This record gives sequence, structure tokens and C-alpha cells, in this order.
Amino acid sequence: MIYEVSNLAIIIFLFIVGLVLGLSFYFARKTKSASSYYAAGGKIHWGVNGIAFAGDYLSAASFLGICGMIAFSGYDGFLYSIGYLAGWVVALFLVAEPLKKLGKYTFTDALDSRFNSKAIKLAASISTLIVSVFYLIPQMVGAGDLVVPLLGLPHWMGVVIVGSIVILIVATAGMTSTTYVQFIKGGLLVFFSTILTIYILNNGLSLHPNKDYHQFDQVEAVVTNDTVVTINDASYTMGNTVVADQKVFVKLEKDGYGLWYKLTEMNGRTLLTESLSTTDLANGEKLFNGAPKSEKKFFQVGHLSKIIVDGVEVDSTGPVGPFEFLRLIENSEVVRFSKSFFYDGEDKVTIWSQNPTSGADVMKPGLKFKLSKKSGATFWNKMNFLSLMLALFLGTSALPHILIRYYTVSSPRAARKSTIVAIAAIGFFYILTLYMGLGAMIGGVLDVESSNMSGPLLAKSIGIGLFSIISAIAFATVLGTVSGLIVASSGAIAHDFIDQYLQLNMTDKAKVKAGKFAAIGVGFFAILLGILFKGMNVSFLVGLAFAVAASANLPAILFLLFWKKTTAKGIASSIFVGIVSSIGIILFSPSMYEKYGLFAKDAPIPLDNPGIISIPLAVITLVIVSLLTQKDNSTKNFN
Amino acid sequence: MLHEPSAEIGTDKAAPKKAKLGVIMFVIYTIVYAGFVVIGLTVPEIMGLPLIGEQNIAIVYGFGLIVLAIIMGFIYNYFCTKYEDKLNNN
Repeated sequence: MIYEVSNLAIIIFLFIVGLVLGLSFYFARKTKSASSYYAAGGKIHWGVNGIAFAGDYLSAASFLGICGMIAFSGYDGFLYSIGYLAGWVVALFLVAEPLKKLGKYTFTDALDSRFNSKAIKLAASISTLIVSVFYLIPQMVGAGDLVVPLLGLPHWMGVVIVGSIVILIVATAGMTSTTYVQFIKGGLLVFFSTILTIYILNNGLSLHPNKDYHQFDQVEAVVTNDTVVTINDASYTMGNTVVADQKVFVKLEKDGYGLWYKLTEMNGRTLLTESLSTTDLANGEKLFNGAPKSEKKFFQVGHLSKIIVDGVEVDSTGPVGPFEFLRLIENSEVVRFSKSFFYDGEDKVTIWSQNPTSGADVMKPGLKFKLSKKSGATFWNKMNFLSLMLALFLGTSALPHILIRYYTVSSPRAARKSTIVAIAAIGFFYILTLYMGLGAMIGGVLDVESSNMSGPLLAKSIGIGLFSIISAIAFATVLGTVSGLIVASSGAIAHDFIDQYLQLNMTDKAKVKAGKFAAIGVGFFAILLGILFKGMNVSFLVGLAFAVAASANLPAILFLLFWKKTTAKGIASSIFVGIVSSIGIILFSPSMYEKYGLFAKDAPIPLDNPGIISIPLAVITLVIVSLLTQKDNSTKNFN
Repeated sequence: MLHEPSAEIGTDKAAPKKAKLGVIMFVIYTIVYAGFVVIGLTVPEIMGLPLIGEQNIAIVYGFGLIVLAIIMGFIYNYFCTKYEDKLNNN
């Protein structure tokens, strides 16, 4: 997509990034001890910590990823909102207070508090590092996506900018600045998302999203024996016909440009309807709708094709209430854009074709996750849905950067209260995601190449000022979350591994120094991964991070808290099995096969989310190994 | 070497009662959440049926899960604080 860059956007962006950096340097002067670096001295107020929790949690995945997924797949994106919030119930009712009592700086401390086991220290530090890196990937991808329209820079530069700023923040300030950055950002994100939602409701539904919206072309076609033989318009020249994903695509040339059309039956007529496409030519050049990028032939999409109010078709509705908005979309018809790809000779074509979808289907699960027999759901489709819902439910309370926030408050009571503040703020925000996602879906703002930008681009359609603020907040969101993750990772390397596992007996000052060096190393690694994973939906990627966290960490945490027969070897082996099985399944999943440039259907494991296999596997391992090593526990004295 | 927590925490006599309440509330929420997942897996078509105020089951149940988490959080905090005040002050 080609974006015009605005000076106002750049100024607001620089202001917010400057504010974040200023705040970090201010708190950096106060960070002297390891306790202050890793846990903000345990002195953060529970209210501030609660909103900072929301700031940590409402990462790129929530604002960019969920809104994007709702905008492209309707209610299925909202499943992430439901699952992400439900995960907090596990955190509040089971994990928050006991974990606060057990730990000092990191999740590894808590797990190891009863055992003093080298195996746990090693397993938990590796797991913290891997989960953090998995969670870092989507944040970096989101950052790259953001700077494209905001600053007119290429994706990789966004990733490098975020990586560099965060390394600077974390290497100077640690958890105190991260907390305050998250507090401010979390508050701003919820506030401006509310404004965006009010705007969407005030605008209501319209068949014409905006005055510049593209008018889609359609051409009558004559089909004989399932082959397009002629078109009833002499201004076009017919090119190749290709079948992909059970759809027929025909290339038509006009004025020297080759565009792809989809064969469609509509009201008894056979039509070729205009699609968007990118073509990777054999010579390395890339065409957008048949032309080089600079010719700006690519455009934003997303509209309603039918609006029904009280049984009557209308062009627009005017302002609507929050429940009326949902009901009206359910009664309408939305044009979504479905992605396919195929080879035309040696050229690789990616196509987004119009897919009119009934509002009733948009407002219930099934567009992304095939569930009903009617949609051809297979056993593995259903397992994917179950796996995702399980991973989201169990993943939250196993995320290292969320867990370390329990050590920034003074008491278990404060930990509990801050969790409740977080649930209220996050729950409210997640309800807004449905409106923002649907608003983007019908607002003519979607960039088919990146679902992640749906929310910010919706704001852009309202005004460049709001777009700049929302994008800058989203960027700060990424900065804050990445900072938290890097603090967690550096804690895993410097505190858990070097200090506790290797027992190098470092001074307090040396621990902070080691943490900062570790932060720099993880930061560079995150930059690299952010560039490699460009183009994937960030919420999908976070779903994977949740699955790894839920598999590696949660069985260990819950069994430690609630099963007295748990042993150190049981915990360590469960963590290793959780990591290896979840990552193994991800690497051989259909989505990763697509990422490798192969066909998704060739993937040996038909699951996209590993939770349904890897979580039970980790649990079984923990139980069996613990039962086999009971004599280890008999030598220890438990309270 | 056992770790000390990040701030001084006295003995919490209310801890067992709070843990029990936490487990009960977790089980209740898990049952409601599982109900949503089971409907999605077994009878997904009913998700589109209207339930309250012309909103379908998917919307009512989905919003309901979010609102329920918030309400249960407040209830849990109310009782935990009550237990702490009663048991730790005596």
C-alpha cells in the first residue's frame, strides 16, 4: 500500500516517543539496585500497576491484531478478545497472590522457591526467554507495520527504530520506567479507543464508506463448459484463466495494465468482478494491481453491499446505538476480501477477491475457524478452535512479562487489587475492539496486505490528527510491551541463568550490568525476527506465544501451587516437554509452511495452534515424573 | 537458598480461605467459558440465533464472558478483603 506522509503525524509521533524516552531517563537516575531494575523496588501503587498491567497486556496484538482480525474475519477475531480476558480469571483466582508470596524478581524465583533446583532454574530461564522472544516477534512486526503509513518508512526500519529505542530504554532504566510508560500508554489507549468507537457509532452504516472509495469494476462474461470464452466489453483483452482455492480468476488487460478478476454468479448473471493483486515477477520486480508501486494503483477496501433496516434496504443509517450497530451489521451484507495465491507462468500472484458475506455469518464464529458441517469443517478445524481457546485461557497467567509485574507491588493484596483494575480496563477495551474491528471492516480503510493496520487506518479516515495520536500510542504500546519483555528476558539471562544457575556470585551492580547487556542482546535478536515475520497477523503470532507459555509454564505454576507431590524434576521436565512440543508443532504447522513459501496443505501437522496437544503433554509429563521422583521430596521440608 | 519476596509480607491467616474461594470462582468461570467453547464445537449454528434484544447467542455469550470476569473480580476482591480484615486483625 502507498501512504501519504503527514508532517502533523511526524510531529505527534516524535512528541510521544520523546515523552516516553524523557520519562525513562528520569527514572533511570533512580535505578541503582537490582530490586529497582527488575521489580521497580516493589513500591508501585496497585492502581498504577493495574493500568500498567493493561498497558503491558494491550500490546500490539490487542489493538493492531484483534481489530485487524475482526476487520477481516468478523467475530472470529473477537474470540481472541474473549480468550485473552478469560485468561485473567486464571491469573486473579489462582496465581496472583501465591506467586507474589513466592517470588522475588522473576517467575523462575517463584517456581524454584521450594526446591532450590538447578534443573528448574535452567528450564524456567530458557522458557522465559523463549516465550518472551515469541511474544516479541508480533510486537516488532506490529511496529514495522505502523511506521509504513505513519512515517512513510519501510517495514524493516520500523522494526529497527523500535528495537533501538527499547534497547536504550531498558538498558538505562528497567522496570520503573517500563511501568510508568505502560501506565500512561494503557490509559491513553483505552481513552482514544473509546473516542474512535463513539465516532463509528455516530457515523452509523453506509454503502459509501468515504468519497474517495474505489468504484469496483465488473464485466459480463460468457462461460461454456466451465471455461470463460468471451467477455462483453471490447475495451478489455482477455488473458490467462487460473483456478485457485476453487475460484476462477481471469486476467483482463485494459490501457496496458493487467488486472485479475474473479468469476462470479450474481442474480442469474455471470460476471467478472475486479480484485486486488500483487505480482512477484520472475525478474524480482513487484507489481501492485498490474503496475509498479509508484503508480499508486493499489487502494484501501472494505464496504457494505447491502444494509437492511426493518426489512427495507437503505443506503445509510445515520447515528446508531452500540447494540443497534451490531444488530444492523447482522442484517446486512459485507464485502470481505479473500486472499488466494497461484502461479501465472513464472509470476507469483497474490489476489484479494471480493467475497460478499452475510452479516449473520460475520457476527458469529466460523469465517476464520471453520466449525459447522455446512462450511466443511474437519476434525482438525475444530481442534484448532479448541486449541486456541485453551491456549488463550491458560496462557495469560504464564506470560513472564505479566508475571514479573506482580513483583512491582508491595503485597499480595496489592497484587490482587491491581489484577482487578487490569481486568476492568482490559475487559472494557476488548468490548471496544469489536466496534473498532467492524468499523474498519465496513469503513473502506483496509490494507489487504496487512490486517494489522486496520485500527490505525480507521482513525486515519476520521482525521490525520486522530490517526497520528492513535498510531503514536500504538507505537508507544509496542515500545512499552517490548521493554517489559526485554526486562523479563534479561532477568532470565542475568538473574536466573548467570547469577542463580551458574552461581557466579555477582555484586548487585554487576547483576544490573549483566541484565542490561542481556537486554541489548535480546533486543538485537528481536529486531531480526521482526523483519523476518513481516506480513503475519500479530494476534495470530501472539496466540502462538500464549500456547508456548501455557504449555511450558502454566502446568508448572499450577501444580507447584496446588499439588504437594510436585517435584523439581517434574517441573523441569514438564517445562522442557512443553517448550519442545509446542514449538515443534508450530514449526510444522500450515501457517508456518505458508511462511516458508510452501503450500499450507502440505504441512505434516494440520494444527495451527499447538495448545491442545502440548499443554496436556506437559501436564502428563509433570505428573508422571513427579510420581517417579517422590523420594526427592521426602528429603525436603515443606511448609 | 530460598528467596525473600520483594517487600515484607506478614503471615496471612486469610490465605487458605482466599485460595479456596479463588478455586471455587475459577471453577465457576471455567464452566461458563467451557460452555461457550462446547457450543462452538458441537452446535456452532445456534451461535447465530437471537437471544436477548435481537442480539445473537455469540454476542450475548461473548460480551457476557467479559462482563462476568469483571463482576467476579470485584466479588472476589470484596470477600478477600473481608477475610483479611477479619482474620488478620484478630
